[in-house]
Amino acid sequence: MKKSAFLGTLAAATFAAGFAAAGTLDDVKAAGELKCGVSTGLAGFALADANGVWDGFDVAVCRAVAAAVLGDGSKVKFVPTTGKTRFTALASGEIDMLARNTTWTFSRDVDLKFEFAGVNYYDGQGFMAPKALGVSSAKELDGATVCIQTGTTTELNLADFFRANGISYDPVPIETNSEAQAQYLAGACDVYTTDASGLASTRATFESPDDHMVLPEIVSKEPLGPLVRHGDNNWGDIVRWTLNALITAEELGVTSANVAQHSSEAGKNPEVNRLLGTEGDLGGMLGLDKAWASRAIAVNGNYGEIFEKNIGVNTPIGIARGLNASWTEGGLIYSAPFR
Amino acid sequence: MTAIPDPSKKGFKFSQLLYDTRYRSMTIQIIALFGILLFFGWLINNTASNLATLGKPIQFKFLGEPASYDINQRLLDYTSRDTHLRASLIGLLNTLILAFMGCITATVLGVAIGVMRLSKNWLVARVMTLYIETFRNIPVLLWIIIVFSIMIETMPTPSAFRSGEASMMLYDSIAITNRGVYVPEPLFSRSLGDWNLFGTSSLRFGISLDLVVILIILFGGIFASRKVKKNADKIQNETGMRPTTWWKRLSLIIFPVAIILWILGLYLGYPELKGFNFKGGTYMRNSLIALWVALSLYTAAFIAENVRAGIQAVSKGQSEAAHALGISSSRTMSLVILPQALRIIIPPLISQYLNLTKNSSLAIAVGYMDLTGTLMGITLNQTGRELETVLMGMAVYLAISLAISSVMNWYNNSVKLVER
Amino acid sequence: MVDQSFVRTEIVPEKPAPLSQAGIIGWFRKNMFSDIPNTILTGVVLYIIFMVLGNILPWVFSPTWNSVSLTECRSILAEIGRDGHGNGGACWGVIRERWLQLMFGFYPSELYWRPVLSFLLLGVALAPVLFDGVSRKILFFTAVYPFVCFWLIWGGSVWFPISVFIGFIISYFGFVIGNKSAGSLIGVLAAIALPIIWWFILLSPINSVLNSILPLGSEAIESDRLGGFMLAILIGVTGIALSLPIGILLALGRQSDLPILKGVCVCFIEFIRGVPLITLLFVASTLLNVFLPPGSNFDLILRVMIMVTLFASAYMAEVIRGGLAALPKGQYEAADSLGLDYWKAQRLIILPQALKISIPGIVSTFIGLFKDTTLVSIIGLLDPLGLSTNIRADMAWNGILWELYGFVALIFFIFCFSMSRYSMYLERKLATGH
Repeated sequence: MKKSAFLGTLAAATFAAGFAAAGTLDDVKAAGELKCGVSTGLAGFALADANGVWDGFDVAVCRAVAAAVLGDGSKVKFVPTTGKTRFTALASGEIDMLARNTTWTFSRDVDLKFEFAGVNYYDGQGFMAPKALGVSSAKELDGATVCIQTGTTTELNLADFFRANGISYDPVPIETNSEAQAQYLAGACDVYTTDASGLASTRATFESPDDHMVLPEIVSKEPLGPLVRHGDNNWGDIVRWTLNALITAEELGVTSANVAQHSSEAGKNPEVNRLLGTEGDLGGMLGLDKAWASRAIAVNGNYGEIFEKNIGVNTPIGIARGLNASWTEGGLIYSAPFR
Repeated sequence: MTAIPDPSKKGFKFSQLLYDTRYRSMTIQIIALFGILLFFGWLINNTASNLATLGKPIQFKFLGEPASYDINQRLLDYTSRDTHLRASLIGLLNTLILAFMGCITATVLGVAIGVMRLSKNWLVARVMTLYIETFRNIPVLLWIIIVFSIMIETMPTPSAFRSGEASMMLYDSIAITNRGVYVPEPLFSRSLGDWNLFGTSSLRFGISLDLVVILIILFGGIFASRKVKKNADKIQNETGMRPTTWWKRLSLIIFPVAIILWILGLYLGYPELKGFNFKGGTYMRNSLIALWVALSLYTAAFIAENVRAGIQAVSKGQSEAAHALGISSSRTMSLVILPQALRIIIPPLISQYLNLTKNSSLAIAVGYMDLTGTLMGITLNQTGRELETVLMGMAVYLAISLAISSVMNWYNNSVKLVER
Repeated sequence: MVDQSFVRTEIVPEKPAPLSQAGIIGWFRKNMFSDIPNTILTGVVLYIIFMVLGNILPWVFSPTWNSVSLTECRSILAEIGRDGHGNGGACWGVIRERWLQLMFGFYPSELYWRPVLSFLLLGVALAPVLFDGVSRKILFFTAVYPFVCFWLIWGGSVWFPISVFIGFIISYFGFVIGNKSAGSLIGVLAAIALPIIWWFILLSPINSVLNSILPLGSEAIESDRLGGFMLAILIGVTGIALSLPIGILLALGRQSDLPILKGVCVCFIEFIRGVPLITLLFVASTLLNVFLPPGSNFDLILRVMIMVTLFASAYMAEVIRGGLAALPKGQYEAADSLGLDYWKAQRLIILPQALKISIPGIVSTFIGLFKDTTLVSIIGLLDPLGLSTNIRADMAWNGILWELYGFVALIFFIFCFSMSRYSMYLERKLATGH
């Protein structure tokens, strides 16, 4: 009875997906939408609202790529992935790119065969503790119970840190941030560890944030960035240079407000002209049109604007730029030149 | 003399494969076998070509690499430098201990609730019905999360013990916190040490020689006391007088064990509040307790229904006969009704045990590191070997299920009514 | 003659039972305080009930229905002098704001009528199966319903479900014609082969032609917009409906005399029943694409439905096997003596009876499956539990716990309880039949 609907959908899905022998770019253009893997819900980075509209820092990268490739930042299908499913989803072609605070590590790049398109957020693992606990450094945590959000590199860093310092701890692995937070607030663990950005956004939502402090130690390097499959260099280039375009735009002062004006005619700065396609044809080399970067910038603004809108100091998350400031302001956000 | 020719050889036609019932079943089976082999070949071919594209051929080398993560609740020694194989082994033991404890408590609770459901006390019967319906009709995953959350929100934190808001139970021996329960642990000052098997490999484990010695002496005592009982039976059969032996039998069991405990130097290691947590004693994490409680309560509701059905299936004449003999109603239940109901209860009980074991894989929701949390959880995440880890995990669960069902079926056959 | 003592000529009127035995007091004495242990038991139970209700009720009655965030809830509760969120009272604003989301996921709100309508039609389609006294003509609608439901929920071109349905009609005629001209085995082969040719080779070109001639359709909905209880019901209903035919075949295979077929069926059933559902869901989320031809790709919900169907069919097979075993042997012998072949005997005599007595078992399999759909939250689908996590990640509702769990548990209870009551009603009805 119902078999038919099932088989039919099955057949349809098989045909619709086609055979991914062609490049990812052609696939995306043919499908008319970009399939982008994001996390299942992390405030500020990727979260669906009551109407199912996704928003956040990682989401903005997806939208920028969609705008560059398809000309419309809303033509994105967001696929929520867990720590377990994200790599399979990317490897199997279920998603075209993954923008889900994923740490760039050697084994993921080399062994799992992924290509990191760059870094959109420099993070590091930190600890949060109630002030009442009376600790000022993570090295005083001997014997403490530590809540960890699993599915990331967090549990490995933690094991390494405590082992290197010769102190013991009692790990409590937890799947989701909201669950971990409930345990931490109830005192089921002494400290909570995850990426410092996550700690900041979690702390911001507490009833009384001032009762909690983030300890000074950052125990790991967590360069987070979008990634694609090995083997399709053109697609990797598109994602990498879209991210670079957002970063360069901030450096050159191109914003969502003035990008239309800059794009309409060649200005004085040759790099701006090259970026926005009023001079040369960088887009053509990527297999896109000239205005690709200007569309990518127009949809959500440049890197700085995206940061401020989603996770900056004026949002409830309230993260300062810090390491993620442009290199011209002493940060690490740096793009290869558009030339 | 000429042999009688085989009739089928003479007139065999291919159409007989279709129309002759002697051959048709063969034809169908061969077609089916062919189809199934083709299907599996197709699957394996797909898998091979997909894995070749991904550049991840099947290999189990990752099992020998350091796991690099810690596990909080473990039965064997383990550090983050141990291999993924050992981490999986720890996870497997955690699964087994959870399933074992869950099956026992679920059975006890289930039988009690099933009996009380039939209680003459209206209020008790109604409350038990409410309990059964509530637990049966809400998903077990939700129950696990709810029980876990209740434990975290309502139990005191270790710091509450320091400030005096909470206190330990039973003369400072048991501490119930929202991180887990700490109880005293038996220690031996003149311990015999452990007997270590498998050296330093990933499968190594130590058997406590103290425990072995105590068990040997305990069983020796039980054996001796049975001898005494048999002897008493014999005297009773011959003379009609039964000698009083209970003190003899009891002391045969208790004294040798007490003496060996004294020789080994038994003392209790009490949990003490040190630093952030309690130290010393044995420790059961709240995730394990929550799973244990939730799975027991959930499965008990199903077992209770089976028990009720089993009891109601025992004919009323049995209990009437027992009453006529003057047996009290509680002894009627335990001596007459339940033993007969048991035969009806056991087959569905087996499938409840299997369900409980399989549901224990939901431990992942509360961060208990069972097989799903280690092998199919963090190991999968860290190594990216989905195919190998998931297939291994499924194989292990399948083996556990088959083992449980074969043991229980064997038991079922041994208690089954022998019909003549 | 000795004067007889007085003989009463009329019956003494019945006296009311003593006060301690009759009326409310008698009932209480009999049912709750009959002896000392019973009295103690009653006391203990009353105390527990009192404690539980005393703790829960004040929390439930909390004037926070219109709040828009947890912070507002906290201030409302503080104003009326209750002690903060958690102990003082519930924060029901989250349910008011998100209950539609918990029901429908991210389905476009202006199209909610489509899932609602398909849910109502499900009731109509199931009526002839579940209740006597409903016209059997509706069975035709039951056969068409899956296609209507598919089209209502996913939308898109109307030609697609219609042409898939035509495949079944082709299958039927293939069977009838093959059976008439060349025997039942050829008929069965034709019934399998012809629709496969239709679906996999002819369907998509014909569809595109039809679409270009007469583009009939409704707005297509991506399956990642499905969520909440709608997703749970969809997975549950699809799993049961699809597992029914597979389960029947597996059960017949397990009962058959053909050793290879029997072995395969037993292996499949025992394998699926021996592993936890969550591992099958891991297969759906991480491995299924590896097993399929390179490049084929379906979305996660479809993959989950495939694995859930396999899971349910193993359990369904056991339920139906129970039904087959419960039939008296005379039924099989009667079918044989009438000279019916295997399929005719199954179709006309065995299965109709076996399925009828299996319905309570099927309903309880469905309840189990429906509850198990919560597991999909672990692999990242937005079922009610997954959505709760999502809602709790929202700034406004961060820290909410019991309201969401309570609401989800309540809805599950209502669904499952009513279904289990129906199954009990059915069991009673069937029991009186014998």
